[in-house]
Amino acid sequence: MAPAMRPGDAAFAAVEHVNAELFTLTYGAIVRQLLTDFEEVEQVNKQLDAMGYNIGIRLIDDFLAKSNVTRCSEFRETADVIAKVGFKMLLGVTATVSNWNNDSTECSLILEENPLVDFVELPETCQGLHYCNILCGVIRGALEMVSMRTEVKWVRDMLRGDDAYEMRLKMLDQIPEAYPYKDDE
Amino acid sequence: MAGGREVAESCVDAVIAEMVATYCKRLHPSKPELAARRVEAIGYQVGMQLAERYTKDRPRFADHLEVIKFICKDFWAEVFKKQIDNLKTNHRGVFVLQDNRFRWLTRLSIDSPANPSDSSPTSSAKVAQAAGPYLYYPCGLIRGALTNLGVPCAVSAEVSTLPACSFIVRIKA
Repeated sequence: MAPAMRPGDAAFAAVEHVNAELFTLTYGAIVRQLLTDFEEVEQVNKQLDAMGYNIGIRLIDDFLAKSNVTRCSEFRETADVIAKVGFKMLLGVTATVSNWNNDSTECSLILEENPLVDFVELPETCQGLHYCNILCGVIRGALEMVSMRTEVKWVRDMLRGDDAYEMRLKMLDQIPEAYPYKDDE
Repeated sequence: MAGGREVAESCVDAVIAEMVATYCKRLHPSKPELAARRVEAIGYQVGMQLAERYTKDRPRFADHLEVIKFICKDFWAEVFKKQIDNLKTNHRGVFVLQDNRFRWLTRLSIDSPANPSDSSPTSSAKVAQAAGPYLYYPCGLIRGALTNLGVPCAVSAEVSTLPACSFIVRIKA
């Protein structure tokens, strides 16, 4: 492996890829079907977040196995890994970390490119929809598997007319590691 | 735009698996037909859109067979990076598309039977039951693509030995 390769690029190179079209269109069709089934936009936001959570708790294993990242010593490092390695490896884009609060427990992940929203336009009737809410769930689920309870939500969304995609990532607490092992097994 | 954009294959797998779990286990656990219809509808929608995109630079198809062949070769290659392995027809509107290694079934595991050489009906029924929910989406995908290309049809799937799978297309007269 070339020594100059950035960790995100190395992680991206380590996994199989497919054309993003199928992914983007499938996600869009799921959102559309949920909107038909639930009618209430708030319910759809919740479902998308729940789906993301379920994906996150499984995807983290794959990520840790293939990305070569080591244990993060502090939350700042964790945010960096998500932005530079996680997003790159899975979605092929990188995020920018910014707007840290004073005690380093809260930051923003800003996406300039977002493969989820290619071909997407929100109609008037979906104004409260967080179209990409699945991403919040994925991050929350993945971090929970490495002992961090977080709150993740969208604060800016270009589909809603903002100038960027910005997620707010807030660290709530560390879950003490409890091993399910028993000595006699 | 999306032209050359790529995402990790595991993203696609994860989203599809979670969609199946959401509809079949979480939202409609006691109504399998309803869950199946919803997931198939999602596939249908995507099949329609993909067919449109994959055919935008090619001439019109002459007949139904040509469309089916397009699905077996180009469409399958775009979506699954391989072609359909075997195509059969009864020449009366029924086509069987067989994929010997269907991507979306390669990671499916089933409680292994007590006796590995056991090929009794119970074990193949078990396979069919476990694989079933994962086939609604590709059935919808094929039906959506064919419908968009002027071949109205019904699509079902059969699986006996994982990860091989056959899709049965019945063209509507």
